[in-house]
Amino acid sequence: MKHARNPVADMAIWAAAIAVLGFLLLPLVIVLLYAFDASSVQVWPIRAFSLRWFAATWADEEVRGALLISLEVAGLATLFATVLGTLAALGMNGLSTRTTQIGSFLLTLPIALPGVLTGIAMNSFFTLLDIPFNLVTLVIAHTTFCMVIIFNNVMARLRRLPPSLREAAQDMGATPWHGFITITLPLLAGSVMSGMLLAFALSFDEVIVSTFTAGSETTLPLWIFGAIRLGQHMPEVNVVVFAVIAITILPIIAGQKLAASASREH
Amino acid sequence: MTPGRKLLGHIALLVPPFGWLGVFYLGSLSVLLLSAFWQVDAMSGEIVRDWTWENFRILFSDTTYTVIARRTTGIAILVTITDIILAWPLAWVIARKVGPRLKLTLLVLVALPLWSSMLARIYAWRLILGHDGVLNWGLRLVGLPDQNVAFTNIALWIVFSYLWLPFMLMPMVAALERIPASLLDAAGDQGATPWQVFRTVVFPLAIPGMAAGSVFTFAVTQGDYVAPMLVGGAGSEFIGNVVYSNVGVSGNVPFAAAFSLILLAMVAAYMLLARRFGAFDAQ
Repeated sequence: MKHARNPVADMAIWAAAIAVLGFLLLPLVIVLLYAFDASSVQVWPIRAFSLRWFAATWADEEVRGALLISLEVAGLATLFATVLGTLAALGMNGLSTRTTQIGSFLLTLPIALPGVLTGIAMNSFFTLLDIPFNLVTLVIAHTTFCMVIIFNNVMARLRRLPPSLREAAQDMGATPWHGFITITLPLLAGSVMSGMLLAFALSFDEVIVSTFTAGSETTLPLWIFGAIRLGQHMPEVNVVVFAVIAITILPIIAGQKLAASASREH
Repeated sequence: MTPGRKLLGHIALLVPPFGWLGVFYLGSLSVLLLSAFWQVDAMSGEIVRDWTWENFRILFSDTTYTVIARRTTGIAILVTITDIILAWPLAWVIARKVGPRLKLTLLVLVALPLWSSMLARIYAWRLILGHDGVLNWGLRLVGLPDQNVAFTNIALWIVFSYLWLPFMLMPMVAALERIPASLLDAAGDQGATPWQVFRTVVFPLAIPGMAAGSVFTFAVTQGDYVAPMLVGGAGSEFIGNVVYSNVGVSGNVPFAAAFSLILLAMVAAYMLLARRFGAFDAQ
């Protein structure tokens, strides 16, 4: 590497890289620290640390209600998206490259287009059909943009599966259905699971499409959004933000671990 | 299995997911497209389903909206350029300077913010830029006067650049990784200075990566309304904010639909442009 011959330039690049990494990570560290701030007004540096706001936040009925709705929506949307996304991947497996490309393009649209577009489109749709906005519309919206996560995961796994496995099963007299249940499905389990964790995290954290499809329901991100906008309940916001980061990051890390071990099997 | 039965099997599997997508998503997009040409009756507040270009006429002639469209696009471009500059050193180090173990750790650290709550990350900057926040504390520490960038377009620029930086880093790391080391050595052996190697070899080969990253940074900035509401000021309205405030009982959904279609057109135009620079070839 010829760049390395210039030690000054090399140090400058390293320094810049470390500074950028700090820019990416320090805000997260700071916001996590504020959850332990004893004060009700956020001032830096934090003067005293305490767990009192964790207790206060947990005691808040509004927060607990929002958490429950978020868990329900994310749970149901993940469930539906898992069934639909897996079906899409299984159905598309073995079709021509062109068809697969179009299919995956269509499935990607709901997360590729700006959320505000997906949001207002679904809002107009439900309004036109006189469907009231509630948990049902939220779950429909979240399922729609979570499908692609499962689809991508399962599709990637199917591509790596040697077709010979199923052929072997059929040669031994297994019906296609039996071969699917005993061979393909167990091999897909890991990628489906890691997809589910990602989908859950995506849904649990979503705010833009939710704003347009929630009606009077308040998910946890919508509660945070409202509280920050109005500048109310700031100590509780700190704690909720801490919890949300934990709830979204842990499944992601678990999902990556699952995906990594699933890919090692082959 | 006969080919006919096999095809039937594929169709049976594909009907539920694509039926869902067709009804709820493509259906929604169709309604959006149609309703952009409808209007709201000023007296009754009811939606009038007559075909009219009126929404678009207002959007293109009223300076309120042309200014908002220009601001949205301008900040999106600024954020994209900022992220390209910020991504270079870290992407270079991750792609070419570290061993596989450290590389994996760094990639996870870069992706981590992406997967933690967007609201939390925006909120972090309210705490940092606020009057008694980390930034002013640091400035006072070195004897500089307080800044007041909270709730301005500068705050918005910082926050967007921060939010979407991982989107730029990932494809740039991928692009830089693919440059063969032999190419760089060859250029060096020919007597090229490091700057010449960068300009003539590294930079051109990184263009698809930058283009791919820019699709994200540009599109997600253009389509946002959350950050302008939480860290922007009075003059920070985005297209998304107009859409947001026009949805609901008292709003004008057809007008919001029309503005969001303009947003869609701009994002699509940008994607086509980025495609010419190889944004979609690399992955």
